[in-house]
Amino acid sequence: MRFEPESEAQAAEVVSACAEKRLSLRLEGGGTRSAIGRPIATAGVLSSRKLSGVTLYEPAEMVVSVRAGTPLAALEDLLAGHGQMLPFEPPDYRVLLDSSGEPTVGGIVAGNLSGPRRVAAGACRDSLIGLRLINGTGEILRAGGRVMKNVTGLDLVKLLCGSWGTLALITEATFKVLPRPEDALTLCLRGLSDAEAVAAMCAAMGTPFAPSAAAHLPAGVGSPEPRTLLRLEGFRDAIRYRAERLAQLLAEHGRAEPIEGAESAALWRAVRDVTFLAEPRDRVIWRLSLPPRRGAEAVARIREARPCTVFYDWSGGLVWLATSEEGDGGAAIVRAAVEARAGHAWLMRAAPELRARVPPFPPRAARVRQLEEGLKKAFDPFGLFNPGLREAGL
Amino acid sequence: MTGIAFPAPDPRILARKAEIVAALRRLVADPSAVIDDPVELAPYETDGFTAYRCLPLAVVLPASTEEVSRILAYLTREGVRVVPRGAGTSLSGGAIPLADAVVVGVARMNRVLAIDTANRTARVQTGITNLAISEAVAEYGFFYAPDPSSQLACTLAGNIAMNSGGAHCLKYGVTTNNLLGVTLVLPDGSVVELGGEALDQAGYDLVGLVCGSEGQLGIVTEAVVRILPKPEGARPVLLAFASSEAAGACVADIIGAGIVPVAIEFMDNPAIRICEAFAKAGYPTEAAAMLIVEVEGSDAEIDAELARIVAIARKHGVIAIKESRSATETAQIWKGRKSAFGATGRIADYICMDGTIPTSRLPEVLRRIDEIVRGYGLRVANVFHAGDGNLHPLVLYDVNDPDQAARAEAAGADILKLCVEVGGCLTGEHGVGLEKRDLMRHQFTEAELAQQAAVRRVFDPLELLNPGKVFPLDLTVKAAA
Repeated sequence: MRFEPESEAQAAEVVSACAEKRLSLRLEGGGTRSAIGRPIATAGVLSSRKLSGVTLYEPAEMVVSVRAGTPLAALEDLLAGHGQMLPFEPPDYRVLLDSSGEPTVGGIVAGNLSGPRRVAAGACRDSLIGLRLINGTGEILRAGGRVMKNVTGLDLVKLLCGSWGTLALITEATFKVLPRPEDALTLCLRGLSDAEAVAAMCAAMGTPFAPSAAAHLPAGVGSPEPRTLLRLEGFRDAIRYRAERLAQLLAEHGRAEPIEGAESAALWRAVRDVTFLAEPRDRVIWRLSLPPRRGAEAVARIREARPCTVFYDWSGGLVWLATSEEGDGGAAIVRAAVEARAGHAWLMRAAPELRARVPPFPPRAARVRQLEEGLKKAFDPFGLFNPGLREAGL
Repeated sequence: MTGIAFPAPDPRILARKAEIVAALRRLVADPSAVIDDPVELAPYETDGFTAYRCLPLAVVLPASTEEVSRILAYLTREGVRVVPRGAGTSLSGGAIPLADAVVVGVARMNRVLAIDTANRTARVQTGITNLAISEAVAEYGFFYAPDPSSQLACTLAGNIAMNSGGAHCLKYGVTTNNLLGVTLVLPDGSVVELGGEALDQAGYDLVGLVCGSEGQLGIVTEAVVRILPKPEGARPVLLAFASSEAAGACVADIIGAGIVPVAIEFMDNPAIRICEAFAKAGYPTEAAAMLIVEVEGSDAEIDAELARIVAIARKHGVIAIKESRSATETAQIWKGRKSAFGATGRIADYICMDGTIPTSRLPEVLRRIDEIVRGYGLRVANVFHAGDGNLHPLVLYDVNDPDQAARAEAAGADILKLCVEVGGCLTGEHGVGLEKRDLMRHQFTEAELAQQAAVRRVFDPLELLNPGKVFPLDLTVKAAA
């Protein structure tokens, strides 16, 4: 069964009916990331694709509300037309995952997916100020609102963002947005080792010159030579000044060359969408989240045990790692190295057989998992939504 | 005031006071950490919402996460209610005790545990004051961004409980945007680590859920916070206007022009006069409304941005412009704003409201607030964060006049209902606490409140933590049973 309701009320009816018959549902937006998580079988699919359109846009308040099925590209075009943008630079994983269709707003929110600017401007969850949702008994609920400062009641917005459709169907999302920077400029340092690059990026992020992104592409990732990239965004004169000061401060790490215009934009798009690692297709892709200064250290430890290709975003706090699908796809080695350094790892791309065998989402302590089970029951008492997608039983 | 009901105390618990106090003394290393003498309990009977007060059964001030864990495990086993407390500066009564509750205060746990500038994080115990975090990292050129007006006194624990904001959150966000990890002691005494030094969490965003949960999910004893490099410089400008409408329209145009200052603060004439009398900040006392707009960066960046802002202000008929020329002047300008509540307290008693509205509705809402308060025969002073629409009308009254007090409370409730009516919310940064508990149905449906209550019970099935706050009393488990 496939449901594509055209209104929130219709969607609630579908959920109520399924709750009554205890029919499980895969929740879906554009379906472009359906290969993330454990493979699951459900009685039906409930798509928010047709819940589309902008319900509120106040550029002078920097606030926009859109229905969940709205294509992300449509929202970004609308904002760009008013000189604004989503601060968290949402990624597009279609090339990485070899999928087709349109990424939707609901899907981005469900995954709390953020791009390079996350290191400076916060994640999707930080820009998200309101939601409309349908819980597992078919009730239509609101969380948060349309104002930036709101501490009324529990912050269910944060809980829902990144819950991968396991708690509720998101029907509408409200974001605070930012003015688009007038200009952008990337400083590029060449030839640094991973450890030197992470040190340089962390040093840069600790200055008042405010890079909006910091990534390191080791040799062989997009170029034979290692490149460390720091992006500055803002009013034209201001970023020239900041680039100059930053280059002086980083002089011990080498000469920083500017990359501008389309070349700079293309580089950051590739970092955001992880296209460097899309090929070869038989490699599994890990996403490592760590304290930024420990990124290179974790990778060095993994390399001792298993060949891999990596690059770094978020000043070293986000590592994308490709390795062979052999055995457990590197799960034991990767997770041990990352967890010893206060981080965690997701298996973002792998064949269904491997994703069934190796938990793709990072493990949590037993008591935390218990809380998660309780939350799942509090929203979705019959276990209708994406059962087992994150983990068996959740 | 007596408008807001407290949950009835359990006489069986009251009768067991001596036994409970003795048991608590056995659970902490320092027996003086348990207070049970009525005279010594008095400082804990209320918080910043002084219209209501109640002596607790006892107060305990644990020195470690382990002690908090033992205390909560014991109190839960015995069915004793718990009121978590930081510095007791809550303006919504979030830390007001109950007669049959033990106050568990984190004030003794105030150490900085680790500063990591490469990671831009600090790990601290949550009894530390907000300002002390910034002071601890200042020597490295860093600061902690959320800056509530009470930052000299308020604790991080309270900031996390209420998801506190401050004047500079237009650019830097509120507590939840600057909090990466917490050590949470659950009511059953188990200790969980949520989030940490990494940017993302594994699993559900429980850090985000705990932040702003008003002490009802557990007690946060340690936290990892984001620290940020200090800007090269920051400079405010004062802009005075002949009407609140002109000031409000100027705010909308600044944001609309793609400028995001770090702060835009708004004061109306009564607030200007009150603060000027106290702080001698050079505020224009004849103006109907005044904005403090602060921008950051290098001197050249600041000059350029202030020039754009002043040009916009001129289009809205600004009547006086005063740019800060020195660090002393900057401090002076902010001293006036940050002492607004204290300065008001010198001339009258007041209740401080905290609703948020869409900024496009500012002029209309200010006019209607004035009508509401005058309708009750009272006066109002407005001082608030205009960039994000978070209002702080101060309703002035005489605490010794019960009739005035009741009218002030009624006017406050009408103002908050107005905030919700125009698309905003009951509270932008102070929290619901005791104060706004009975207004929750104006913002949420029964199903929405029931969903939140169900989430609360995942953490605290017996609802022993901070009972009588946030949720209308008839929504609690006992009322349901």
